[in-house]
Amino acid sequence: MMEAIRTYDLHKRYRDKTAVRSLNLTVHQGELYGLLGVNGAGKSTTIKMLSCLTRPTSGDAEVMGHSVVSESEKVKSIMNVSPQETAVAAKLSVRENLEFIARIYGADKKTAREKADSIIREFSFEEIQKSRAATLSGGWQRRLSIAMALITEPQVLFLDEPTLGLDVLARRELWKVIEGLKGKMTIILTTHYLEEAESLCDRIGIMAHGELCAEGTAAELKEKAGTDDFEEAFIRIAGEGVK
Amino acid sequence: MRALTFASRNTKEILRDILTLIFGVAFPIVLLILLSMINKSIPVGYGPDLFHIEKLAPGITVFGLSFLSLFSSMLIAKDRTTSFVLRLFTSPLKPADFILGYTLPMLPMVLLQSVVCYLAAMIFGLRFSANILLAVVVNIPIAVVFIALGLLFGTILNEKAVGGVCGALLTNLSAWFSNIWFDTAMVGGVFKKLADLLPFSHAVNAARAAVAGDFSAILPDLWWVIGYAVVLLCTAVAVFAVKLKKN
Repeated sequence: MMEAIRTYDLHKRYRDKTAVRSLNLTVHQGELYGLLGVNGAGKSTTIKMLSCLTRPTSGDAEVMGHSVVSESEKVKSIMNVSPQETAVAAKLSVRENLEFIARIYGADKKTAREKADSIIREFSFEEIQKSRAATLSGGWQRRLSIAMALITEPQVLFLDEPTLGLDVLARRELWKVIEGLKGKMTIILTTHYLEEAESLCDRIGIMAHGELCAEGTAAELKEKAGTDDFEEAFIRIAGEGVK
Repeated sequence: MRALTFASRNTKEILRDILTLIFGVAFPIVLLILLSMINKSIPVGYGPDLFHIEKLAPGITVFGLSFLSLFSSMLIAKDRTTSFVLRLFTSPLKPADFILGYTLPMLPMVLLQSVVCYLAAMIFGLRFSANILLAVVVNIPIAVVFIALGLLFGTILNEKAVGGVCGALLTNLSAWFSNIWFDTAMVGGVFKKLADLLPFSHAVNAARAAVAGDFSAILPDLWWVIGYAVVLLCTAVAVFAVKLKKN
């Protein structure tokens, strides 16, 4: 299997606190990889380093073979991020948001319009395409935020807590969207919702105290922790640092 | 190209915040009207020379431009508080694209503000001539100084702090050292030296020279302004790049 992401002793230190400690992680192309952990485990810092938002203190990572340290521009052009909170331009319409992102990734006007047309159909935005993002419900804003990440056709997509704060229905709707993306691109998903990770992810990594404690399919992790319940498995692994 | 796309987004943000736009254009005009009315009620020969419309109008237009610091700093500081900026930071946009993208949308506002201000001044006796068009052009590098100052502060400070620094402190400082309200030579000493070192009095002198048609007097002052504009814009790009890396 081809590697989409590989980290080499990736390390991030903020003054006297180590956020990520010598992380060695491999994600295969086309895989939906879930990154789990309690608050402060190092998930978001890992995503920040992999998406070139912050430089590692030491170590390196390759995204589709390009170093996040020395080839950040190349990495930025082939990946996209849907940040933790909804990241839309509030005063722009749905269509304007989509076309804006397409264009800053290099699409010309015509191509941006065509890409927006396609995403609008795919995400059922037809009725709201002229509405300003600020007027949409939380669920629709989050859908737009993910659509904005997809319009650039990234090879690697980072979804940082994509369903955080959404109601059950909106969350399930987004699950369908994410499931529809499986296999089309490599996806790294961070989440606090364990059922989300269990249901969607091909493989799951559990982080605690900046380290990767365990990795595998949901079934493998349950077996490793000696339980049939994924939540219990997570608590045992994250809480006790089971290797 | 990317900078233009980003500029287009920022233009929409500004135009859709109608209150800011009205305040930016209307405030200098209200000042101009008030001061012109005060000046008219003072007997000829008794009022300060600086309040004559030929000197007051270019002074007020420059003063109006100082509010651009507030607008540009708020725009950038506001963006920095949202997750939207994370999306932009992970995109192929470079620091220079950001700064250019925040600067360009302000320029039509500069033209609008200057034209409206000079039109209002004509009601109070300023005679129309091609020199006024020249004065509008002279206002562009002056505006860039204020915009770049705003971008610099907006990059460093948070949304609350920029309101105080750019809205109150900078507007006041630029007014005191500008020769608009009083001649800095009257104060003399360190104050005058400081005023000569800063770009504000040079900006007002250049604008006044343009309106007066004193062409040879424009450039010596305008070079100061252009120098400040270039240095401040480059500094804003550099500081933005550092901030981006430190994220």
